[in-house]
Amino acid sequence: MAEQKMVSLTIEGRPVTVPEGTLILEAAKTVGILIPHYCYHPSLPVAGVCRMCLVEVEKAPKLAPSCATTVAEGQVVHVHSEKSLDARKGVLEMLLINHPLDCPICDQSGECELQDYTFQEGREDSRYREPKRFNPAEDFGGDVIYVPNRCILCTRCVRFMDDVAHDPALNVSERGDRALIGKFEGKDLTHPWAANVVDLCPVGALLSKDFLNKARAWELDRTASICPNCTQGCNVIMETRENQLVRMRPRPNENVNAFFMCDWGRLNYRWMNEKNRAEQPMVRRGNGLVATSWEDAISGAARALTGKSVFVAASPMLSNEALYLLTQVMQSGSGAFRVTEGEEAPLPGVEDLALRRERAANVNGAETLGFKRTKDLLGGLKQGDVLIIAGEDLAGIDASAVARASEVIVISSVLPEAASNASVVLPIANFSEEEGTVTNLRGRVQRFTQARQAPGETRPSWLVLGDLLGALGKQSSFFLPSEVFAKLAASTKAFAGLSYDTIGFKGLPLATVPDTGPKTPITIGAT
Amino acid sequence: MGYPHQPHERESTVLSRYFGDAEARTLAGWKKRGGYKALEKALGMAPADIVNVVKESGLRGRGGAGFPTGMKWSFMKPGDGKPHYLCCNADESEPGTFKDRELMRWTPHALVEGCAIGAYAIGAETAYVYIRGEFTEPLHWMDSAVKEAYAAGILGKNAMGTGKRIDVHVHKGAGAYICGEETALMNSLEGRRGNPRIKPPFPAVSGVFGSPTTINNVETLIAAAPILMNGADWYKKMCLSNPKSTGTKLYSVCGNILRPGTYEVVMGFPFKEFLYDLCGGPMHGRKFKAVIPGGASVPIQTMEEAEATLMDYEGFVAQGSMLGSGGVIVIDDAQSMVSVIARIARFFAHESCAQCTQCREGTAWTTKIMERIRDGQGTMEDMDTLLDIAEQMTGKTICVLSDSCAVPVVSGIKKFRGEFEALIQGRRFHPVVAAVA
Amino acid sequence: MTPDLVGGLESPDYASHDKAAHGPYTPVFTGAVRSELDELLTRYPTKMAALLPALWIVQRVHGWVAEEAMEEIAGLLELTPAYVKGVVTFYTMYHQHPVGKYFIQVCTTSPCGVCGAEDVVRAFLRHTNTGELGVTSPDGKFTVIEVECLGACGFATPVMVNEEFIESVTPDKVPDLLARLA
Repeated sequence: MAEQKMVSLTIEGRPVTVPEGTLILEAAKTVGILIPHYCYHPSLPVAGVCRMCLVEVEKAPKLAPSCATTVAEGQVVHVHSEKSLDARKGVLEMLLINHPLDCPICDQSGECELQDYTFQEGREDSRYREPKRFNPAEDFGGDVIYVPNRCILCTRCVRFMDDVAHDPALNVSERGDRALIGKFEGKDLTHPWAANVVDLCPVGALLSKDFLNKARAWELDRTASICPNCTQGCNVIMETRENQLVRMRPRPNENVNAFFMCDWGRLNYRWMNEKNRAEQPMVRRGNGLVATSWEDAISGAARALTGKSVFVAASPMLSNEALYLLTQVMQSGSGAFRVTEGEEAPLPGVEDLALRRERAANVNGAETLGFKRTKDLLGGLKQGDVLIIAGEDLAGIDASAVARASEVIVISSVLPEAASNASVVLPIANFSEEEGTVTNLRGRVQRFTQARQAPGETRPSWLVLGDLLGALGKQSSFFLPSEVFAKLAASTKAFAGLSYDTIGFKGLPLATVPDTGPKTPITIGAT
Repeated sequence: MGYPHQPHERESTVLSRYFGDAEARTLAGWKKRGGYKALEKALGMAPADIVNVVKESGLRGRGGAGFPTGMKWSFMKPGDGKPHYLCCNADESEPGTFKDRELMRWTPHALVEGCAIGAYAIGAETAYVYIRGEFTEPLHWMDSAVKEAYAAGILGKNAMGTGKRIDVHVHKGAGAYICGEETALMNSLEGRRGNPRIKPPFPAVSGVFGSPTTINNVETLIAAAPILMNGADWYKKMCLSNPKSTGTKLYSVCGNILRPGTYEVVMGFPFKEFLYDLCGGPMHGRKFKAVIPGGASVPIQTMEEAEATLMDYEGFVAQGSMLGSGGVIVIDDAQSMVSVIARIARFFAHESCAQCTQCREGTAWTTKIMERIRDGQGTMEDMDTLLDIAEQMTGKTICVLSDSCAVPVVSGIKKFRGEFEALIQGRRFHPVVAAVA
Repeated sequence: MTPDLVGGLESPDYASHDKAAHGPYTPVFTGAVRSELDELLTRYPTKMAALLPALWIVQRVHGWVAEEAMEEIAGLLELTPAYVKGVVTFYTMYHQHPVGKYFIQVCTTSPCGVCGAEDVVRAFLRHTNTGELGVTSPDGKFTVIEVECLGACGFATPVMVNEEFIESVTPDKVPDLLARLA
């Protein structure tokens, strides 16, 4: 590959060397300097309209827009000089003259870039004495509300719909200070990826209807996770308030989802707040299931499994760790999974990014570990097998299908109705309540972490299965999911060489998958 | 005395000779007056030679920027494998300017010829004449002239029988001053909102439809023909003051003056004589108070400055303003400077495209404060605020509309501060009582 | 009390125009008009570039640009209706609603302002019985608005009536001008 020409310059006194053609704003990021900006976004074509990113370049006659100016050899750039600060202060003042200043009732408060920069560098007061421009809020359709009074006309939303979603459903209407974002009457924002404009909007002009007035940004706890709703494996941030998931937002990953996630995935988090849980370990005594200790329940399960042929009906929502341990439990048996399907919905402007047909997090992991995909989940259950229901809720399956099993062990977050004849119930955490890894459709192994506290006495799936293996005399218990993964990597060719440390929070491809490199080059610290 | 009056003896009617001459608008009439000889000559020359003649002549852009035309044409590199385009900027919307309207409605064939020469010189086969939508007459006559030219084989795939292709298309604008900015014009031509573009890339590298493009003003293109016919030296000699400004310039004179109209004088002409002699001086019983010599975007001149000016690019700069488009707006002592400036600010607020924060918000804010002061509700702090806003609006945006709004405010406060203060202090503006004849 | 002539920076409120009362939309680009568009398309390398000319054709035929027209054009030029609307709302000469039979546009920018343009506006408002900028007279004949510089500053005050450009209008000429139109 040809040598890329490098350029050396100085930004705020720090020496920087970057490839030719790099924007000054991106070059600054590489040395830890964030030049305040609104309209620029690494995934969108440059607009250069907000004028926040103007920097002083020595020997240049005017301030330069750092989002639209490429580096030059020997440039000396000042981001926080008096001229630059003064220009930014001016932009902030101008942005606030028509802004309604309704932070107390605006959802964006606490995660608002207008608040942040004004607090950091803006004026203490406004000199504006005139009436403010007013336009009523508008329902754009889908999950999006538009509040024109707060809009700073950065046009990120318009450029996203044009250049990334390839559906120019938004425009800038009118001219001058009358301008606002518009759509066509009757043509709503129903694009399957449209809600990303809410994330892109730096202020509270574009808001999620789903999240409206639900929580304040500073009340939220945040964890890095993976969207479990299809096999794309978009990286997300799960946000909770008082242990309830209230929002999922995309986390940038240049190898998977760039900066985006689809609307369906984004809004489909409520199932993880499920209420009707199996909260205690149970064993059958007499005619009914009775709560018992973990030790007792696990011994009971081990007894039921010893020497028997096992069939595992697994959920493709389970982690690699859980599925691996299940294969150890079922050694002489077999396992299958079913997965709900829906329409694929690509995001055309990003390579290989779509809402996938298969609507579960770990289909690839399940298949790689030897579980068969089937539409008839219990079809492989043979007469007399011990049936383990792992993670599944058996929705749509009749109790009669379970009758072939000699015994039923439930290792799930809920006790399925069709499995009410179970002899052991081991309650486990769901996807949002434990840590683990899943494998996306391209074979990328990605870590997800615990976002919520599991209810009652439920335990992480890998912990329960590890203890069960111990009770079966096969394996000592694990203290950490990383230990389980290490075992998995050591014994399974596909996972060879991987570890939690190397996977980090960007993920890594399975050993058997070629690493084609990042699809969308994004730079460090991209917002 | 300038059209619509008879030409004053001190005018040099190179481009405006046939203003008011109805026959000049037809192909036959234009040919009788020597039309299309320059194009014929041009088509027999090498494009690079045409560019050199224009360079030598010192012709500078007559739309307002004053960029050397020959140099601009030379940026169009031949042989780059891409189609080249010429755009004629006939969007004339700068307040006070109406010379291109006269050129197009009286000598439309002059523009057709100028476009053809310009297109050929820059290696373009297609020229678009972007005429503002309000220019009903120019649109009519340009359409008619283009039709006649095609019918006569002057335009088309075999221009004047030379086998070269030259197409000229008239494109009608729809009401946006900003489309007179060259990159906004290109966006408008492409069917987009008239938003100016960030430069680089420059039009000569990537203009309309991603191709190398040159944009020239109407007056500039029309000047190319006489330059080719009479030679660069002839044009260079038309220069009364300094050799950097050569040739003639059309001035649109309007406002409170006895003989408003379109005047053509040689570069370096003394402004005082222009205003008082050629244009007739102030209206009966009134005195001049201020002049905005180059359209609303240039600094206001006091009469002291104006009367010391020699009319060329450097001359106006030396006297606190700019030549700009040559739209001479004359204001007499019956007018309130604050009202005039407030209305100019409102113009810019209407026309802002809304891209840049400082322009979008600043033009409207400036207007609101100016109108408040005009209506007697202003404060002394307002003047400081206005100057601060003006500073924020200068040198920080994609195009200079923002700067243009700041200019009259800054020059107005600087040179006519008394009028501002009087209104703020509660003294209403009274026009000076006219002297009895 | 003289009316506030210099209107707000917002577009005048055209609420007096009932768009729905103007009947169902008839497509514009059929027959000869379609051929006209096809010829226009040959002048540019992209379909999008024919947008402004196409909008002028619609306004010529219907007198204004309805949302259905924007959809029709969008379909023909392979654009989205939202995009077309964004362009229409940028340019002041395209009407997004019906206007009076005679759409009177008076220039009031400073060069005409200092020559008494406001008096001309007042005269029009009075003699058309509209009394207010932007509203249509009860007989549907006249709408009067202020516009920015029309580029005929030496012939103050220029006035456009629909596409007709009239120079040197003074308040005393207004009644005759209106009589000639009506």
